[in-house]
Amino acid sequence: MLETIWFALWGILWAVYFMLDGFDLGIGTLTPFLAKSEGDKRAIYNSMAPYWDGNQVWLITAGGVTFAAFPKTYAVMFSSLYSALLLILFCLIVRGVAMEYRFKFISAKWKKFWDTMLWVGTFGPALLFGVAFANLFRGIAIDKAGVSHGTLLSLLNPYGLMGGVLFTLLFTVHGALWIAVKSGEDLGRRAGKLAQSLWYGLAAAAVVFLAATYVSTHLYDNYLKYPALFVIPLAAVGALVGIIIFARQGKWLTAWYSSAVFIVTVTLFGVTGMYPNLLLSSLDPAASLSAFNSSSSTLTLEIMLGVALVFVPIVIAYQIWAYRFFGTSAGVRTPGTEGKM
Amino acid sequence: MDTVMLSRLQFAAATFFHFLFVPLTLGLSVLLAIMETAYVRTGNEEYRRIARFWGKIFLINFAIGIVTGITLEFQFGTNWSRYSEYVGDIFGSLLAIEATVAFFLESTFVAVWALGWNRLSPKAHAVTIWLVAIASNLSAIWILIANAWMQNPVGYAIRHGRAELYSFTAVITQPFAWNMIAHTISAAYILAAFFIMGISAWHLLNKKNVSFFKNSFRIAVTFALIFSIVEIVQGDMHAAEVAKYQPAKLAAMESLWDTTKSAPEYLFAIPDPAHERNIAEIGRLPGLLSYLAYHHFDAEVKGLKAFPKADRPPVTLPYFSFRIMVGLGTFFFLAALLGFLFRNSIETRPGLLKMFLFSIPLPYVACEAGWMLAEVGRQPWVVYGIMKTSDAASPVAASQVAISLAAFVLLYAFLGLVAFYLMWDHARKGPPDETALPEPADEEVGYA
Ligand code: HDD
Ligand code: HEM
Ligand code: HEM
Repeated sequence: MLETIWFALWGILWAVYFMLDGFDLGIGTLTPFLAKSEGDKRAIYNSMAPYWDGNQVWLITAGGVTFAAFPKTYAVMFSSLYSALLLILFCLIVRGVAMEYRFKFISAKWKKFWDTMLWVGTFGPALLFGVAFANLFRGIAIDKAGVSHGTLLSLLNPYGLMGGVLFTLLFTVHGALWIAVKSGEDLGRRAGKLAQSLWYGLAAAAVVFLAATYVSTHLYDNYLKYPALFVIPLAAVGALVGIIIFARQGKWLTAWYSSAVFIVTVTLFGVTGMYPNLLLSSLDPAASLSAFNSSSSTLTLEIMLGVALVFVPIVIAYQIWAYRFFGTSAGVRTPGTEGKM
Repeated sequence: MDTVMLSRLQFAAATFFHFLFVPLTLGLSVLLAIMETAYVRTGNEEYRRIARFWGKIFLINFAIGIVTGITLEFQFGTNWSRYSEYVGDIFGSLLAIEATVAFFLESTFVAVWALGWNRLSPKAHAVTIWLVAIASNLSAIWILIANAWMQNPVGYAIRHGRAELYSFTAVITQPFAWNMIAHTISAAYILAAFFIMGISAWHLLNKKNVSFFKNSFRIAVTFALIFSIVEIVQGDMHAAEVAKYQPAKLAAMESLWDTTKSAPEYLFAIPDPAHERNIAEIGRLPGLLSYLAYHHFDAEVKGLKAFPKADRPPVTLPYFSFRIMVGLGTFFFLAALLGFLFRNSIETRPGLLKMFLFSIPLPYVACEAGWMLAEVGRQPWVVYGIMKTSDAASPVAASQVAISLAAFVLLYAFLGLVAFYLMWDHARKGPPDETALPEPADEEVGYA
């Protein structure tokens, strides 16, 4: 039971991470296509600056919880994805630094350099997280000793790449909508339009991915066993349709919420399909790591549950407060009133 | 080189680099909170300007602290998977708790603080920096509890082929952890205080913004004095804990080869590990080592030869790290004392000011030396007495680690240059002119 609760929390943490940092990753990826002027860039960076670190901590927590609740999975998963994971981390480092330092440089060359770094640092993780998760759905080549027989290249199989494309589109739509919410001006209008065009790509990618999932993975087994679970993909479809309906009406915030729900349900769809496995072995089913054969002791799971039940609601409360504090409408800062040192 | 050695180098590079930025965050956040509180209490605008000026440097430093932290969080899995599997039941939960209780708080409120100067009342704004200070210090506490558990594992039982948690209370209350916490946090406060004093000294030497930097100096010097005293007293207790729990490390940091009753302390010696002896021993203080380790002049201190060769840590590195740290600790106390005595006329003492300016890097050296001692002295164990470092690494190809290590070094070298350049540039310019126009509306972005 405890194992199952932690499995669910594990999936939810990843989902929340993608929902929140997803818009940062998407915005960064779109910046070269959206920003026409220095003013646009300023508005774009502003739309992420107060949030990116708070969002990133969900990733740190997802990693930490994998370690705490399923140490063996943490060990085998992260060492077998060694190169991919370090690439993601390097990208995230570069993204954070670009975000914080870009406007401290006056020379145009440096600004351009940091803009490039922001793009690399956001597009990289968007793509690689997709590749990594698709491979987790499909299973990776680990043996019973937890040793990986794959390489970075073996992750780049067609199904993995499809996951990468799907995630990139998920995040770019999410990010474009966020800009549409944040900026009422020309930039916001262009972002809103872009979100709508990208949506068609996203819808197509989602359909293709779902079909490929049927062919390449066993994710549907759980759903066929417990048809009630189909509410998750159904909710996803609803949210996907919701995005375009609200976007057409110019209800950007509602469209963004739909997109958030879509990201969460897509992630949960995959995670639910994997249950009880956290790490499927493509070599030998007996080498797969599950919530039951890789979990921590009952005592640790109990203590961690106590910590999560007390602190996570507090975290959610103050993060919501902070999001409202920075305002959801018309730009992050009102000219002249913003304090900067 | 094999995977283990490369992983050790990579881990060392990543943590040392992270710890170049961590102590300034820990100390400066508290100092900023004190400055803003002074502003709220007295209404003196200068304190507000002081907090904003140092706050900017804080944020530049903070950004690198954060981005280098994430790689560490995942490196236990990527590079030390055998370790993670074996002790994750205990160690993993401490890391997860750190993220949940500290990192969220820190990252959320640092943005509110940085962008909230004109949106929050002065009181509310001061509260946000206190939250940041508390959160960053909380994060230090949890990660140090985790590290202390590796140094002195408690509250566990070996079951199902791994170390499982037996008593959480034992893990979080053990004295070794709290000694480490007190020691490392005081070290961070010393570093931040010397940082402020050094930069203030530079401006005072140039006779710019005298009142501004004199006030900054005065806040910092009091802090430095208090914590350099704490550090010496506490460091002595810390050494006694090491003697109790890690006798091999004690022998290494003192380069003591033979088990000795009433062991003397030498002011200086040169270890010669190949021949299991010291080449030169100068300045014999009889019985002092026994006293330092066991608070008793006649106590017997175990020498390195009492341990099987395979269980001995390297000697030279811990030995010199310890000397450097203690020497600098003594210097920090004397310097802070002088600074404190002359704090009201400090701008008229160029000699002292120069000394403070050139002291800026020293606490960094002392901190890194301390970690060198703690971590290298723990070898060959990754978890003292339970697991050897050589059994801890991931089963990944050495070539993979070699590539990532090279990438780390290049990326971090570049980041370090950029960050220190930005801090130096900001520090050099001093606070913006009071009579300058209000900040332009289209301001720079990012909270840093
Ligand atoms: C004694 C203090 C201390 C020590 C030994 C460490 N850290 Fe650290 N860490 C901090 C004190 C700190 C901090 C003061 O809380 C930081 C530094 C700058 C900052 O912004 O927060 C931080 C940031 C930081 C972050 C980013 C948090 C965020 O995004 O807001 C992570 C993930 C880690 N650390 C993880 C680690 C790991 C896994 C370590 C061990 C190997 C480690 N740190 C050693
Ligand atoms: C931030 C300050 C720290 C520094 C400068 C530091 C430094 C080092 C160094 C130099 C090594 C390599 C020692 C050797 O192999 O000879 C090492 C190893 C290691 N340290 Fe630390 N460390 C720090 C903090 C921590 C913390 C807080 C933890 C855990 C919570 C930790 C866990 C480890 C692990 C797992 C290894 C790898 C195994 C080993 O080589 O012993 N370190 N560290
Ligand atoms: C003045 C007398 C000092 C003494 C007697 C002392 C003693 C010690 C000892 C015995 C250790 C090793 C603990 C272990 O192996 O686990 C240590 C570690 C350390 N020291 Fe010091 N120290 C002193 C001053 C300083 C100063 C001035 C700084 C920095 C400003 C500093 C920073 C550190 C750090 C960062 C560590 C590693 C973390 C830890 O183990 O607590 N120390 N110190």
